[in-house]
Amino acid sequence: MKETKNILLVGVGGQGIILVSNILAAGLIKVGYDVKMSEIHGMSQRGGSVTTQVRFGEKVYSPIIGQGQADVLVAFEKMEAARWVEYLKPAGKIVVNNYEIPSITIASGQAQYPQGVIDALEKVFNTTAIDASQVAQEVGNIRTQNIVLLGALVKALQFNEMNEEDWIEILQENLPAKMVDINIKAFQQGYKL
Amino acid sequence: MKKIMSGNEAIARGAYEAGVTVAAAYPGTPSTEILESIAGNYKDDIYCEWSTNEKVATELAIGASIAGSRSLAAMKHVGFNVAADPIFTVAYQGVNGGLVLVSADDPGMHSSQNEQDNRNYAKFAKIAMIEPSNSQECKDFLAEAYKVSEKYNIPVLFRVTTRVCHSKSLVEWGERTEIGHKAYEKNIAQRVCAPAFAKPLRPTLEARLKDLEAYSNQSPLNTVELNDTKVGIISASIAYHYAKEVFGDKASYLKLGFTFPLPMDLIKEFASKVDTLYVIEELDPFMEEQIKAAGIQCIGKERIPNMMELNPDILAQALLNETRETQKADVALAPRPAVLCAGCPHRGFFYSVGKKKNTVVAGDIGCYTLAASQPLNAMDTCLCMGAGFSLALGMAKSFEVSGRDTKVFGVVGDSTFFHSGITGAIDIIVNKGKVIPVVLDNRITGMTGHQENPGTGKTLMGEETTRIDIAEMLKVIGFKTVRTVDPCDLTKMNEVIDEALNSTEPFAIVTKRPCVLIKGLPRFKTKCVVNQDKCTQCKMCLKVGCPAVFFKEGQCTIDPSSCVGCDVCLQVCKFEAIEKVGE
Repeated sequence: MKETKNILLVGVGGQGIILVSNILAAGLIKVGYDVKMSEIHGMSQRGGSVTTQVRFGEKVYSPIIGQGQADVLVAFEKMEAARWVEYLKPAGKIVVNNYEIPSITIASGQAQYPQGVIDALEKVFNTTAIDASQVAQEVGNIRTQNIVLLGALVKALQFNEMNEEDWIEILQENLPAKMVDINIKAFQQGYKL
Repeated sequence: MKKIMSGNEAIARGAYEAGVTVAAAYPGTPSTEILESIAGNYKDDIYCEWSTNEKVATELAIGASIAGSRSLAAMKHVGFNVAADPIFTVAYQGVNGGLVLVSADDPGMHSSQNEQDNRNYAKFAKIAMIEPSNSQECKDFLAEAYKVSEKYNIPVLFRVTTRVCHSKSLVEWGERTEIGHKAYEKNIAQRVCAPAFAKPLRPTLEARLKDLEAYSNQSPLNTVELNDTKVGIISASIAYHYAKEVFGDKASYLKLGFTFPLPMDLIKEFASKVDTLYVIEELDPFMEEQIKAAGIQCIGKERIPNMMELNPDILAQALLNETRETQKADVALAPRPAVLCAGCPHRGFFYSVGKKKNTVVAGDIGCYTLAASQPLNAMDTCLCMGAGFSLALGMAKSFEVSGRDTKVFGVVGDSTFFHSGITGAIDIIVNKGKVIPVVLDNRITGMTGHQENPGTGKTLMGEETTRIDIAEMLKVIGFKTVRTVDPCDLTKMNEVIDEALNSTEPFAIVTKRPCVLIKGLPRFKTKCVVNQDKCTQCKMCLKVGCPAVFFKEGQCTIDPSSCVGCDVCLQVCKFEAIEKVGE
């Protein structure tokens, strides 16, 4: 693969995006790609809009993704998907969690949560909307939402070098032992969607 | 085997491999994980600590160097200002064990109050500078930094930026080199910078810089990549990768890792080989000005912005007039600013003080700076670490001389109090300032992700230690009354604030409740819910600015998954419509 691929993960501070990026990177490294990731720590984490970026290929230079450059946008929260779509290639894919977290401006009544976000995304982009919170609840722990999304992302990547079992092995290597089983279930459910 | 590491983790690994034995820092984004990683992985070989502030960390590293250790101090860019005093003089004195000072700059101000370009410090303080561009270089260049420091008898500024610190890339590990400790010998003429000794040291510094420039021209950290010579690019740090992303192998590169003193002979030679020369650097024209002053024609800041973070898009637009096709979705976005967490103990204080008429709140750096935003709006100023007290004193003195009776609160966090709030508190007492100092004690350094401070009772290396009592300190300084209060109890919080406003004697407040995110501490046992039968939708509960409380589909609601049960919203409800559930 000559061309560098770009995955942009977006959401709200505290949703477990960095963990997903780390597991994703671990898989890509195992296959032998050069991988670069970028994330922002600090103030923006406190309930703000957060993003991590993963780039992989034969040789990667910039750790950050430019506008119109992402192959896949994974949004852990749906308004955040809309906030970052300009970073997506026109032919890029969106995997979006059909999940709403009101920001403080919305919570305090100064702004409205936008209506029809998923429809608006679908009109322009190849969009897969999934209900990761419901799937995670069915699996038995709402906090596995992020791993459900990882499953859906890996599927959307159509990544031939690694199959479902290979990814499960990566999960086992990168999660604390007592969290592995439930997260494998979450991953499998996400992969099915 | 290669491992994926952040720049900060790679710097920690680099310190380990280079045989460093003493490291110190004050936490600050984007530098914090350097010392966290040293403590987490290498504390058997490296003594490490959170120092009270960056100046203390730097002086400690200087002391360790004098005594014979390879040492390191790390800080964010604004922390370097705090540490600047010793740095300018240690340049005269030189080192014994290698001395590296890491400055982590934050172009674009992701988590900072300004975006100063600390490369200027190398030129200003006349010390060597090395700039890695990715994690592998963070590790490898640090080893070279120690060699340079010892060979040329100079501290090295190891300058990184947010994208170098917080991006992750693959790193090939090496082994630790045991350097051992150099012998310490008393040398008054070199180590006591009184004028009589400083004067003869001064010309030696210029001589060392000359030697360093010769080294720079030969340094393995400065490399030439000749491709097509129509365009030549001089770049360093993360900007080099952005340039490679945009120009690929269609341009030639002089990539600089050793950036002060600049390798001017090498630059002249490179410039002579290319038709058009671009200098691509983030923030100030640090290299460009020196290159132009040496009579070399180049293009830089006339095309590339001198502020905010650079990226490949900006470069492609500025130098090649290229933009990529993008598409938008038709969605009316609401802003999503950072916010005080649900259950944050700071909320109760700021909600209470925000309601007091004719008062000013001088704030400081920390999570609590978020109290300045909607809907709390409870802060008038935030400038730098420690200014919460001393800036407040200045305002109070001005109000006094102008005959205005506005009351002034000075507000700092616990870690900030130890960092540089104490000096302001002393000033308030000694100079009879009419300021009410408030220390928001949440037991931890919150914003940077929970680092120990002198009030925590634990060291970075995990040992139990003396817990310094802030209220007792304020008493010793001379505050006649010091009230310690749980800020989540709004009635008591309000009473204490009123008592302070009416006091004629020096009065200080300590709000005490641990950060809600500290793991393993007892939590509130109940959660809050809105009883919709009693709720009048007056929206009073929204005024506390809690992310768990919101107005949706015509109703005030509390999200059960984010509510932690601090019940500040319950206390402001006049209709008893918020109730506790669970036990």
